[in-house]
Amino acid sequence: MGRNRVAIVGAGMTKFVRRAQETAKELAWEAASKALESCELTLDDIDAVVVDTAPEAFDGVHMNSEYLSDGAGGWGKPVIRGYVGGGTGVFAAIQGWYHVASGLFDTVLVVCEEKMSSCQPHPQGAFLTIFDHTTERPLKPNLLWIFALEMNAYMSRYGLSKKDIALVAVKNKRNAADHPAALLGDPNITVEDILNTEVLAWPVQRGDVSPISDGAVALVMCAEHVARRVTDKPVWVEGVGWSLDTAYWTNRDLSYPVYVEEAARMAYKMAGITEPRKQIHIAEPYDPFDYKELHHLEGLLLFDKGKAPEATALGITQRDGDLPVCPSGGLLGVGNPIAAAGLMKVAEIFWQLRGEAGARQVPGQPKRGVAQAWGDLMQVGTVIVLGI
Amino acid sequence: MIREVAIVGVGWSPFRSITPDLSYKEIMYEAAVRAYEDAGIDPRRDVDSFVTVAEDFNEGTSIFDEYVPDQLGALHRPVQTITGDGIHGIAAAVMQILTGQFDVVVVEAHSKASNILTLPYILAYAMDPVFNRPLGAHPYFIAGMEMRRYLAETGTPLEACAQVVVKNRANGLLNPLAGYGADLTIDDVLASEPIAEPLTRLACADHADGAVVMVLASGETARALTDKPIWVRGIGWANDTFWLESRPWGQARYAYLAGQMAYRTAGIKSPRTEIDFAEIDDTFAYKELQHLEALGLCKPGEAGLWTLEGGTELEGEFPVNPSGGALGEGHLLDCTGLARVLEVVLQLRGEAGERQLEGVETGLAFAWRGVPTTSGAAVILSN
Amino acid sequence: MKEHVYETVYLREKDFQEGRVLFETWVPNARYAWDAGVAIGRFLQELKAGRLVGTRCANCGRVMVPPRMFCEHCFAPIDEFVPLEDTGTVITFSLCYVTWDMVRIEEPQIPAVIGIDGASPGMGIMHLLGEVDPKAVKIGMRVAAVWKPPEERTGAITDILYFKPLE
Repeated sequence: MGRNRVAIVGAGMTKFVRRAQETAKELAWEAASKALESCELTLDDIDAVVVDTAPEAFDGVHMNSEYLSDGAGGWGKPVIRGYVGGGTGVFAAIQGWYHVASGLFDTVLVVCEEKMSSCQPHPQGAFLTIFDHTTERPLKPNLLWIFALEMNAYMSRYGLSKKDIALVAVKNKRNAADHPAALLGDPNITVEDILNTEVLAWPVQRGDVSPISDGAVALVMCAEHVARRVTDKPVWVEGVGWSLDTAYWTNRDLSYPVYVEEAARMAYKMAGITEPRKQIHIAEPYDPFDYKELHHLEGLLLFDKGKAPEATALGITQRDGDLPVCPSGGLLGVGNPIAAAGLMKVAEIFWQLRGEAGARQVPGQPKRGVAQAWGDLMQVGTVIVLGI
Repeated sequence: MIREVAIVGVGWSPFRSITPDLSYKEIMYEAAVRAYEDAGIDPRRDVDSFVTVAEDFNEGTSIFDEYVPDQLGALHRPVQTITGDGIHGIAAAVMQILTGQFDVVVVEAHSKASNILTLPYILAYAMDPVFNRPLGAHPYFIAGMEMRRYLAETGTPLEACAQVVVKNRANGLLNPLAGYGADLTIDDVLASEPIAEPLTRLACADHADGAVVMVLASGETARALTDKPIWVRGIGWANDTFWLESRPWGQARYAYLAGQMAYRTAGIKSPRTEIDFAEIDDTFAYKELQHLEALGLCKPGEAGLWTLEGGTELEGEFPVNPSGGALGEGHLLDCTGLARVLEVVLQLRGEAGERQLEGVETGLAFAWRGVPTTSGAAVILSN
Repeated sequence: MKEHVYETVYLREKDFQEGRVLFETWVPNARYAWDAGVAIGRFLQELKAGRLVGTRCANCGRVMVPPRMFCEHCFAPIDEFVPLEDTGTVITFSLCYVTWDMVRIEEPQIPAVIGIDGASPGMGIMHLLGEVDPKAVKIGMRVAAVWKPPEERTGAITDILYFKPLE
């Protein structure tokens, strides 16, 4: 699919931390240099750079990609930044894909960075500005509101309990204990631990939420002839899809992410996938809140509407289950530096398909995986299908 | 890249200093409706991908991507926001079409600069927070310093920079889209208040509101949609270092690199002879000269004299900014480059009215992202 | 893949309190005056008069709120404003115990998406609920707007103080 087949051949990342000493530029450099090291390439081999980062309001720099470009290896090179809210992380990989598939570039460095801790006193406050400036902001809305409104809609529609959903947080935080970059990995966490946390915006409790973090992730993507030279295990981009729903989110049915389904259908069509549940072996859906993993699994057509919680309870989505979901530990476990978090998921599929995920490796030599990110006002789905 | 991607439709909302009667959604809608009408397409059915260009702090809203789909007919479609200039948006659209997976891609950019009450502070917010921002200077100081270095390195007289303003604002008078057409003299420009010496007020483009939407299509589809496809012959973009401390102050290296890539992809060996006219960023008057040289359209140091001799006038041997540029139309923030492309398209189609250039076949549009960046993008179009 | 993870330096609150970290601060001066435009301009005008208004698409017949000059489904222009009721139904809600800048509060704020009577089904706006026991709020609850007195209204969404249960 596409003029050129495109592969991911290298990946690197920083640790995801609450507050990094490094500047945003330095974080970008750390991830980019690790990615280049991992496939023994240098900046001279890179033809173009994609540097993505989500809201400027956190990093505290307008036109952030310009500031970051040096750290991301962009000096003297074509640099572009895409920005689709929380969907940015996976979208960066899609941009890397079209850079190479267009035939204009052979090797592209894709970097995602987020330094949310710069925003004081609490990064959460910056989210006030994502709401409509006239019809919503005067009400002083909290980001937690829209998650809570959506979570409530989802739970009510299918009669779910907090416990059904907390199982996801437990799974992911336990998975994250094996991720070297994780912020909140905990091998012993239980459902009770999650349910005992303070209520922030009912039904959302602190344990349901992924932590604001700083971090960066980078990938090296290239055309087939370069991939064959650089590695004997290229991970191919088989399908990409993305879709945006209306800004008028209060006019929408929040219990189902139809835009994720549309993005998934676009990606599956390109990848020639007709039975996702059978043909996808491993999934990294976006999990900023625990219920989102369930919401997205259904949007990705991996489980029927309302059925993802059941599958979770049965252990199907555990690492040794039939369809491992978020073996990385996801945002809930590893951390949520917005754009970097999405790309971390793509990197996870990359490492898993190559058998390089260490203690997180899922058994059975998966051949095909899907990574998905989400963002804006419960609005955008970005999906990538990778295969080896 | 020959004959593979074309611009098949353009639309706009006129550029004016204020647009109090319309919200940003409404000016985007206006430009989109015009563009789709021009291309003869239904966005709900015929468009495969949408690219919008916007920066949060120019809009006053975080994750501005949220607010774009509805007024472009992009609901439930692939939409991406590129934070760059409109020409970076064109680059993203071109790449998507070249993958073979997308036939028709729409690019949009707009400006509501009049709604930003503290624009210089927003620009300052783009500067390095540790090394540069604490100096507390108006960001135009960067342009002032660069202009001084450029003039020193090239020996360009101040009058040449002033002549750029005279030329472009006079061109603006002939352009119904332009917000700042005016009849000025070199003395007017040199006598205007100093902003960041040697920059004077009239040598800095004023801001305007407006929107531009373009429809791009792959070769076959383009030929089916219109008998006046404007082919994208070449495209290039590049960043130089962001550090103020280590940038080459006199030269616009980002323009040189972007130009090189555009010429390479277009198969152009001799830009000056193979290109007939250009729309080049003139956010500050000296920039037009600096960019002309960096793009290899004249020899280093000669742009100033060439301008004074009339070489870049409408009737000159190589018209530059027949639209009036940013000085004549108004600076449209992220949409400025797209306004440059718009003029190239209109000229190549023979739709430029009073400012129509005779017999033009190939035009270049070049954008710069403004202070404090060193980011530029170029696109070469042919009819 | 541990070797592909950089050892990023993790700062703690103590590092700042004990002066071990140098930092630079900046308070952004980012102020805007957004043109409301035709659709929202009218919406605000009506709010000042104590009324909610929507728009109808002649093509698909949907009555939409907040009003807009184009139908995003049909991509067709709209010029018909439709008066709406100021009552509605709770589509979803939350009980929020933290403010927008993460300060803990005792009495929860109750944000909700409220489907407005007179608009098409599912057409909601976001607002707050008030004069209601948080434990009694239910999806499907019928509510009515409580307006500021006319002389205090400015033409803003806050001209409605909150929605309370319909008796």
